[in-house]
Amino acid sequence: MTETLKLDGPSREALLDRAAQGAIGRGLDRPEGPLKVTGQAGYAADARLDGMVHGVLARARQTGTITDHRLEALKAMPGVVLVLTDGIPRNPAQGAVPTAPPAADGVAYTGQPTALIVAERFEDAWHAALAYDPQITPVAHDLDPETAATVETPEDKQRADDGWQDTWDAAPTKVDVTVTTPSLTSAPMEPHAAIAMWEGDQLTLRGGLQMLKFNRKSLADALDMPVAKIRLLAPYVGGGFGSKLGVAQEAVAAALAAKQLGRPVSVVMHRRQVFEATMRRSESRQRIRLACDDAGIIRATAQEYRVSNLPGEAFSEPVARADRAFYATDKLKITHEIARIHRMAAGSVRAPGEAIGIPAFEMALDELAEAAGIDPLELRLKNTVEADPISGLPFSSYPLADTLKAGAKAFGWQHRPPRQQQEGEWWIGQGLASAIRGHFAAEAEARVSLTAQGAIVETDQTDIGTGSYAILRQITGEMLGLDPADVEVRLGDTAFPPAFGSGGSAGAASSGTAVLLACRALRKRIAASLDAAPDDLTLKDGHVIHGNRRTALAQIVPQEGWCEQGHVAAGDISDKVRTTTCGAMFAQVAVNAVTGEIRVRQMHGTFAAGRILNHKTATSQCHGGLIWGIGMALMEELHHDPRDGAVVNRDFAQFHIPANADVPPLSVDFLDAADDWGGPLGALGLGELSISGAAGAILNAVHNAAGIRIRDMPATPDKVLDALDKLGS
Amino acid sequence: MRPFDYRRAGDVAQATAAAGDATAAYIAGGTNIIDLMKLEVSTPARLVDISRLPLHRITQTQDGGLRIGAMVSNSAVAADMAVRQRYPLLARAILAGASGQIRNKATVGGNLLQRTRCAWFQDISAACNKREPGAGCAAKDGPNRMNAILGVSGHCIAAHPSDMAVALRALDAQIEVTAADGATRLVAMDDFYRLPGDAPHLETCLAEGDLVTSVILPPPTAETQIYRKIRDRASYAFALVSVAAALRMQDGRIAAVRLAFGGVAPRPWNDPAVEQLLIGQPPSKDLFVHAGEALVAPAIGHGGNDFKITMVQRLLAAVLREASE
Amino acid sequence: MRLILTVNGADHAVDLDPRTTLLDALRHDLDLTGTKKGCDHGQCGACTVLVNGQRINACLALAVMHDGDEITTVEGLGEVDHLSPLQSAFLTHDGFQCGFCTPGQLVSATAMLTELHDGWASHVTENLTETLTAQPTSRAEIAERMSGNLCRCACYPGIVAAIEEVVVRSRADREAAE
Repeated sequence: MTETLKLDGPSREALLDRAAQGAIGRGLDRPEGPLKVTGQAGYAADARLDGMVHGVLARARQTGTITDHRLEALKAMPGVVLVLTDGIPRNPAQGAVPTAPPAADGVAYTGQPTALIVAERFEDAWHAALAYDPQITPVAHDLDPETAATVETPEDKQRADDGWQDTWDAAPTKVDVTVTTPSLTSAPMEPHAAIAMWEGDQLTLRGGLQMLKFNRKSLADALDMPVAKIRLLAPYVGGGFGSKLGVAQEAVAAALAAKQLGRPVSVVMHRRQVFEATMRRSESRQRIRLACDDAGIIRATAQEYRVSNLPGEAFSEPVARADRAFYATDKLKITHEIARIHRMAAGSVRAPGEAIGIPAFEMALDELAEAAGIDPLELRLKNTVEADPISGLPFSSYPLADTLKAGAKAFGWQHRPPRQQQEGEWWIGQGLASAIRGHFAAEAEARVSLTAQGAIVETDQTDIGTGSYAILRQITGEMLGLDPADVEVRLGDTAFPPAFGSGGSAGAASSGTAVLLACRALRKRIAASLDAAPDDLTLKDGHVIHGNRRTALAQIVPQEGWCEQGHVAAGDISDKVRTTTCGAMFAQVAVNAVTGEIRVRQMHGTFAAGRILNHKTATSQCHGGLIWGIGMALMEELHHDPRDGAVVNRDFAQFHIPANADVPPLSVDFLDAADDWGGPLGALGLGELSISGAAGAILNAVHNAAGIRIRDMPATPDKVLDALDKLGS
Repeated sequence: MRPFDYRRAGDVAQATAAAGDATAAYIAGGTNIIDLMKLEVSTPARLVDISRLPLHRITQTQDGGLRIGAMVSNSAVAADMAVRQRYPLLARAILAGASGQIRNKATVGGNLLQRTRCAWFQDISAACNKREPGAGCAAKDGPNRMNAILGVSGHCIAAHPSDMAVALRALDAQIEVTAADGATRLVAMDDFYRLPGDAPHLETCLAEGDLVTSVILPPPTAETQIYRKIRDRASYAFALVSVAAALRMQDGRIAAVRLAFGGVAPRPWNDPAVEQLLIGQPPSKDLFVHAGEALVAPAIGHGGNDFKITMVQRLLAAVLREASE
Repeated sequence: MRLILTVNGADHAVDLDPRTTLLDALRHDLDLTGTKKGCDHGQCGACTVLVNGQRINACLALAVMHDGDEITTVEGLGEVDHLSPLQSAFLTHDGFQCGFCTPGQLVSATAMLTELHDGWASHVTENLTETLTAQPTSRAEIAERMSGNLCRCACYPGIVAAIEEVVVRSRADREAAE
């Protein structure tokens, strides 16, 4: 039996509010933790299969048409067993796409992998891959988004309210701010990897993948084979952040090579390839105009964006949506331009859109507050809204004002003019920004088996560090009255019922709901066996309490156990309400007047994302987003060579992500309250919320500290010194 | 990596004998050469393992200085109490570089000889005169914010990445080199590195087979030693610019000063004229500005790294201010 | 080349191409895949192992150069039902999310405790000439000393808290013993 639910209205599960078992919400340790801290958790590249050989992707050094791969010499190199050039995709598939990644047609961007070298030993494959030097007839392409010949403006991404100009003209206070962000990259610590193995016409592929249901279909399409013949395994994924949403070159190449060789093939991208051949977050130019009245209420908003991607890619960094706003405004104008250029593909990187859009908007708000002479906290509070001012849709919950007030109190926010506090060479200041990120849940299925020993949860949902293992265990424990330790969660295997996967912060709400539904079905089985109504049961500590009888589950559940499925489908919630998560983030920074270095000294975030399923893992995710904000604000930037578009700094020594020493004490609070529209769990997406604005809090603090506005991210020491010089200090 | 022949040297004579031709390279800690061999920027046919040579000690010299064996790890130098007490500049510079793991593996000799991190030097598909003489220099017109502004040539604008070597330059260290014939000589830091000129592939005065066996520190002459480094993140990053200073004040005037600069030149940079300009003067803001201007008078920016010209002046002034307080 | 690799107390006779790094030898030849390859160039720390008690990047070491050395990997720190104090503290403080950098973090932290005990200074140590063992270990000291291990999930707060707990506890244990 399958318990199904279509999400088209409020559907909150009362059992979670009662929390008889006390499993939900608690900061339980990750159940897979002992495996991870002992090196026993098996990631994509960790399997050791009999006869396995090693494949290394080889890069093309310039864009154009390959006239000759020049493979003869490569094939003769020691240890080489196969050189493969056909079928390697141009770039990874985008997220939640069931079709094959785009086929290669020549070399579209410098560094594109256009061959796979397979050898008995990794050392031989690597050496041969470096020798790969195909003959290429160069083709000149646009490389710079600002000068690209092709700039698309999709109609559904534009908006121009009638009377915008009049409203703008009439407003007494306005700012016109242009913020630029560079190409960025997910850079998960686990490089993209796949081990492919064929048994007859059946393919088993261990991969670093975020969304197995889609990945399986996508791979089947790429290999032109039935979906059912593919099994994907991804029980542990070493971080994704969007970069492993879609099937990438290594997976397709490993599958093709393994088939040709009749042997298992391992393909692990070199770190440089992860940087130059997976997905970047598009650079952006964001012009934001805000006008407010004398009371500080925003009347006109214009957001004009230019982002870029390779020709043919449907994805473009969704910096804003033309059908919605998140602060008050009477008139809205949105321009979204997509420049077609031949840098590496752009795709989803943690919180696509909001991650760079909210910081820029929050920086513009800070400038508006200054122009209006209002405390930036106060300005935000004046402009929070109950319903979307553009669509008119009410928010399911959107306690932005509450998070701002609670966060300000926890942080000790005090509005002060810039350049008031100095310690030696350091200017000290505070800044804030709101965090705003849309929420959605998607179709997902799960299976839960209940036996006398406990429960087993199975779904192809992944845990990329997000805490799926922990929260699915807690949901099951709560629903079935089991100690979470008696619940085993099995993930990342397409032999299990399909979930949505890890993307768009939708994993918990989707797969969690499917698990909850399966548990509901099991409760019905339990109730039926006792001839009771499911709602009259209390399940706790492995016992059923009904009336004044307390019976051990072990006495009720048959020897072979019960197995039930849950299936949640997305409904039409988005036509009825806006589901959005929010928060408030505060930073204290120090800006060195001599060296231009910025150090974040403290950060606080108060977040609202519905019910918090596990306070420990939720806090860690929020820490992660705040720290990504530090990276975005201060150091992260892919440098494209203007001559060929190549990523120049394609390693961890040159592309800096925050190191431990960059991170100050962080504090995180939640307004933990179920959202009735967030499915039975009442939980909204959390994994991307805290990056969606964090860089803005830091750069606003930089202004408060030193009086300088760095609008061209990241705020590296050279830019800070330049700004200080211009300020005359 | 290209295939290579591996030999472990039992003593210095064996090492220099095994490395006496252009296709051979020494390996000690390996933190740089393995990195470059993986990228096939370095392609030795023979690798001579010198990591177990008996050059692992730090000892006092007769004149009160220190002799640091070439195989002493960077960590061991920075942990040594004699270094920490008498040459804090050296400990500070080492601790400002790389990571704990790398400092454990990297040796003093290897650190001196590490190669530039110029992005195009590390990319075998790019034009680089240092890697392939005559190929051109892709850095000059590229995003070159990490590249050098002083001592560069039209052929190469690579920056030397070491922190430790900058400190050694300011401390007037000497480098003991043993040649293939067993002869030992001392080379001043000033004479150790070459500037790129029209042959950027030649980086030091070492001949084939020459082995760095020790670094010798003269007795410290300045009370105040400072190392400051500006980088893009708080730790584990190469210098945008760094300044090493050893300075002695007497009667309100700068009596002695040695300065060296990192991140700005193809070698640990120094400029005797800047030091001369300071000696005998009472410290003042104007004096430090003047010193900075003199330092960067010959500087050439290539766009992305123009900022280093002002950055190094600011850092120099701050270091001099602190050192002369 | 034939050599003996001594890993977690066990000797392994292997015959390796001299190009094989210690990291690849562990992963490919000894099937010890707990040690991770995050960058292969000493820029991330995921491959940190102990060689004769000191932490190094196994990707920047040739296996042939470590014939006879005592190598410790994450598999040698503890077992699932017998975790080391650091491993337990990482669990309690959620010092990881995806877990990929975690073996390197733990091996690195293990060695870092020894370095602290031995009085090594760091970039953020104010006074180079005092021994550190007498002073409390600051958060900044731990963060700086752990900066050779990148974590993109950015679990640094949990990592620091976990190490801090172990530092405090082991210091208390030592004092109790003295």
